[in-house]
This record gives sequence, C-alpha cells and structure tokens, in this order.
Amino acid sequence: MNIVVCVKQVPDTWAERKLKQGDATLDRESVDGLINELDEYAIEEALQIKEAHEGEVTVLTMGPQKASESIRKALSMGADKAVHLIDDALAGSDVLQTSYALAKVLENIGFDLIVLGAESTDARMGSMAAMLAERLSVPQLSLASKVEINGTAIKVNRQSEDGYWQVEAQLPAVISVVEKINEPRYPSFKGIMAAKKKPMQVMSCADAGIDTSLVGLANAATEVVDFTERPPRQAGTIVKDEGDGGNKAAEFLVTQKFI
Amino acid sequence: MAEVLVLAEHSGGDVKKVTGELLTLARQFGEPAAVWVGDGAEEGQPRLAEYGAGTVYVAVGADFTDYVTGPEADVLAALVQEKAPAAVLMASTGQNKEVAGRLAVKTNSGMLCDAVGLTATGGKIVAEQSVFGGATIVHSAVRTGTPIITVRPNSVAAEAAPAAAGLQNVDVTVSEAAKGARVTEKIVQETGERPELAEAAIVVSGGRGVGSADGFEIIEKLADSLGAAVGASRAVTDAGWYPHKFQVGQTGTTVSPQLYMAIGISGAIQHRAGMQTSKTIVAVNKDPEAPIFELADFGVVGDLFQVVPQLMEDIRKRSGS
Ligand SMILES: Cc1cc2nc3c(=O)[nH]c(=O)nc-3n(C[C@H](O)[C@H](O)[C@H](O)COP(=O)(O)OP(=O)(O)OC[C@H]3O[C@@H](n4cnc5c(N)ncnc54)[C@H](O)[C@@H]3O)c2cc1C
Ligand SMILES: Nc1ncnc2c1ncn2[C@@H]1O[C@H](COP(=O)(O)O)[C@@H](O)[C@H]1O
Repeated sequence: MNIVVCVKQVPDTWAERKLKQGDATLDRESVDGLINELDEYAIEEALQIKEAHEGEVTVLTMGPQKASESIRKALSMGADKAVHLIDDALAGSDVLQTSYALAKVLENIGFDLIVLGAESTDARMGSMAAMLAERLSVPQLSLASKVEINGTAIKVNRQSEDGYWQVEAQLPAVISVVEKINEPRYPSFKGIMAAKKKPMQVMSCADAGIDTSLVGLANAATEVVDFTERPPRQAGTIVKDEGDGGNKAAEFLVTQKFI
Repeated sequence: MAEVLVLAEHSGGDVKKVTGELLTLARQFGEPAAVWVGDGAEEGQPRLAEYGAGTVYVAVGADFTDYVTGPEADVLAALVQEKAPAAVLMASTGQNKEVAGRLAVKTNSGMLCDAVGLTATGGKIVAEQSVFGGATIVHSAVRTGTPIITVRPNSVAAEAAPAAAGLQNVDVTVSEAAKGARVTEKIVQETGERPELAEAAIVVSGGRGVGSADGFEIIEKLADSLGAAVGASRAVTDAGWYPHKFQVGQTGTTVSPQLYMAIGISGAIQHRAGMQTSKTIVAVNKDPEAPIFELADFGVVGDLFQVVPQLMEDIRKRSGS
C-alpha cells in the first residue's frame, strides 16, 4: 500500500508566535519550528498500517527550507521516503491554495491512502482532509479515533459533536486523525541514523504542474486587513485558600453577576 | 438585497442557540436565509422565523445525512450558484470547518475559520479572529468568491427580528464523489439535561485533580448549581472518567463562554487552545505554579475538595434554595 502522510512544520506553540509587520504572514524565522504535533499521530498511524498491511510510507510537506527538519523527524520515526514541495511562489499561500498545491503533488506521486493530522496548531483550520478529498474525488474519513483496513475496505470511527460516527469507504481515501488514536513512537538512535540516507525528493511548482498564478500571497483568496497584539491580560486576583477560598470565589462570581 | 446563507445547527428539530446568533450577524450584510439539511425543518421553523430568516432552504433525505460532509457542501454550492449570496455562515464545529473547506474548493472561494466577531467595513465582511492562543487579534477578509466563514458560538447575543422563514425545498442531486464515505451508524453519547458544551454561557470543567471517576461528580454538582455545561480535560477523558465528547481543547470542543471554571486543571497549551477566548476565567488548583493561573481572572490556590463544596454552599444560600 502506498501511504502518504502530510506533515506541516509549525512554530513551537510555547514560543511567542507573531505575524510579520509587512505582509502579515507568519514570522517563521524568529521562532523554532517543529512538526505539528497531531501529524506525529498521523505518522504513527501510517507506520502501524504499513506494519500490518505492508507498503511504503512517504512523507509530504509543503513549506520553506526549514520544514525539512520535520521531514527528518518523520523519516527517523520510520517513514521510508519524503517529498518536499518548496518554491518561493508558494510563500503566503492560504488554505485554499495549499490544498490545491498538495493535491497536485499527490496526483503526481500517487497514493492509496493519505493520512493527515486533524488540525495544525498554527492555522487551526482543520479542513485540509476535506479539501483534499474534494479536490482528488476520494472518500473523506476524517477526525478518526480508530482506523481499520481490510483489503480495500476502510472503516473509521469519526469523532462528532455528540459522540462518534462509524464510517466506511473504499480505498483510495484520505483520513485525518485525532490524538486518541495512538501513541506516537520516539525515533530510535538507529532510526535517526537511517533517516540521513533515506531518499528526499525536492519538488518545485513546475515539477508538480502547479500554476504559480494560483498560489502565493498576491493571489490568496483571503487577506489579513490588520492585526494587533492583544493587550496583556489584566493580571487576575489569585488568593490562597485559608479556609475561605470557596467564599472568596463566590464573592467574585457575585461581583461579576454570575450568581 | 443579496441573501446571507446560514447553515442551521439542529438536532431532532431543536434549533441550536448559535443559529440565532448567526442569523443576527447575517443581518448586517444582507437578508438572512437559513439552510436546513436533514429532518425536522417544520419543528425548527418558528425559531428561524423569530431570528429573522426570510427563507429556509431545506434538503431532506438519506442522501443528505448518510455521508461525510460532501452532501452539505453540494447543497450549499448549489445555493451559492443559484442565489449568489453575500456570504455563507456556519457555526465553528469540526464538521462544519470541513463542510466549509469543501465548499471553498467547489466555489473557488476564500474561507475564514473561528471568527469571534463579524463587521461590515469598507464594503467588506471583516472577521475578527483570535490566533496563537489568543495572543494576537487578526481582522481578515475574503478576496475571492463568496465569503465562507465559520463563527464560534457566543460571539454575539442573538436578537429576535421576526421574518417569514418560508420553507423551500432545494432540488439538489448529491454527487457520487460526495457519497464516498458512508456513515453506517451515529453513536450519540448522553448529555442529560445540561446545556450543550459549545453553546453554554457557563462551563465548569474538571481535570485530573478530581482524582477519579467518582471524584468527577463534584464537577457535575457545581455545574448544576450554576446551570452550566460540564467540560473535562484530556487527562480525564483519557482515563475514562468522563466521555470524550466533553473534552475541551485543541482536539476537543472549543468553548468561548461568559464564564469558564477550570477545576483541578493545570492549563496545558492544548487545553488553553480550547478555552482561551472565554470572557471570564476562574481556576481552582492546589499548585500555585499551575499555568492556568496565568489566564485566570480569579484563582484560588487550594484543594478543590475543600474549595468547591464551600463555593456551592454559598451559591445555594444566595439562590435561596
Ligand atoms: C496532540 C495533543 C492534543 C491534546 N489535546 C488536548 C485537549 O483537547 N484538551 C486537553 O485538555 N488536553 C489536551 N492534551 C493534553 C494536555 O497536554 C494535558 O496533558 C492535559 O490537558 C492535562 O489535563 P489536566 O490539566 O486535567 O491534568 P494535569 O496536567 O495532570 O493537571 C492536574 C492539575 O490538578 C491539580 N490538582 C490535583 N489535585 C488537586 C486537588 N485536590 N485540588 C486542586 N487541584 C488539584 C494539580 O495541581 C494539577 O495542576 C493534548 C495533548 C496532545 C499531545
Ligand atoms: N503545508 C502543508 N504541508 C503538508 N501538510 C499540510 C500542510 N498544511 C496542512 N497540512 C496537513 O493538514 C492538516 C490540517 O491542517 P490545517 O488545515 O492547517 O489545520 C495538518 O495536520 C497536515 O497533516
């Protein structure tokens, strides 16, 4: 089975994340990047599927040079090879454009199963799996907390607002995973060494057949009008319970008219 | 005046509160019209009329409800084509963000997610978003196609503005591509009588600090004394002390209530991602260093099993029951 995992490099959520003054794009230079944490669950799921059904796991990322760090991590966890879509024309692309670009590469490299994280910690759009399914005309089995594959039949439990749904489809398909699904492995020393020798294909827009007039900040379907740093939250009142902590909390709720 | 399409949120004919909020927001930009996918439109009609839907477009039948997000997108895309609405608004749920994504691809339109406010500025619909865990406020707009925007519940107070809400069936054939992933069963976990998590004005959440499934009962009691919804951290849902549907956070529900109470929750970044835009935050935790206190408007450093019963006693006295 040809499994492709889409992995995104994101700024560390613990670092101070900022937009750039000039073009309001994400400042990726000033903070450490790392792999979007739900994508580690996606890689783990892909590896488990490969281990159970044989096949090959390819990591796909679109992003600047730095994003190759995330590729390394995925390869050291056990993925077999990687494709890095990198092109200055892609800078500042929004989700509509990113889905177009990724779909083009996926059409190029072929797939039986595409595995994504349910959402990224920076953009938090949570819609990439749906958009790829729409673009590639394949079934969407997203927000999965459990995946079962039997031949070409695939079944997932889809997390819903009020419980979960059981969903069935035929491969090829795209899935996205939530963190309940597994426990991502740590790269072993051997894995880290092996990753250095694994094939990494670098693709440009031209290589993937991506029309550059449809991607990048200047052509984006959405724009940032303005942005401001939120004024630091007014430091709250923190009291130590001296036997009256509950009373004090009640008083606060009264002043705020909640009781 | 162009219409503004609002995807109605409903279950069993009950219209969710957020739909009234979206219809209220929609009025700024055009004539609100609701889109109802699934059964129960007749039961929901009075509520939609109360909040100003001129028309209710109805798509009913198994074809629309037995597949994952494709049919909803097909229905909305057909309406976008036919009615050229000023915008399409939906509540920000995991499911709707996906419907929005498919619709954006189908109509080659820009989409914005998780808006906490919408205004008409310079002829554009401008969405306010709170990003990077609330550290930055962004105003953004759609440049291409029909603005497709998902809005968090509680972003605005719903205001009544009676309209006709005439039901109109939409004639859409669901595409084969949309029927790729078939839903064989929908498993609903009990909510009981409490308000729904995403929509509640007050949310009381418990964390690992409650110590056990039985310990979690104190959270339910506090919630009930305030008429609140119950939430939980991942530590609690992972341990099986409470069902997953109550998880607040990055991979659970995002809430934005008037009051959020975090009881025995440390305030990990993934938890904060789901509650940071709450208007008022109260925390109880025995560890003075717990990161949740950085966010709290009011915090008590203490044992929740001491603090919460005392708090409930005071609430009981005040409400005179
Ligand atoms: C990919 C990913 C996604 C995640 N998604 C989510 C998510 O959606 N939601 C979420 O919540 N988490 C999520 N997490 C997990 C998150 O990182 C934390 O592990 C989790 O939020 C911790 O839950 P907690 O605060 O209840 O537990 P802990 O961090 O263990 O905190 C328990 C707190 O209770 C306090 N306490 C203990 N006893 C008492 C007492 N008697 N009285 C008062 N206080 C007491 C302790 O001081 C402590 O601060 C995710 C993690 C990952 C990796
Ligand atoms: N630039 C990218 N390159 C590769 N995969 C991506 C990219 N952006 C998003 N994804 C995938 O889409 C998922 C959801 O991201 P998002 O829609 O941004 O919340 C991520 O977890 C990734 O699996």
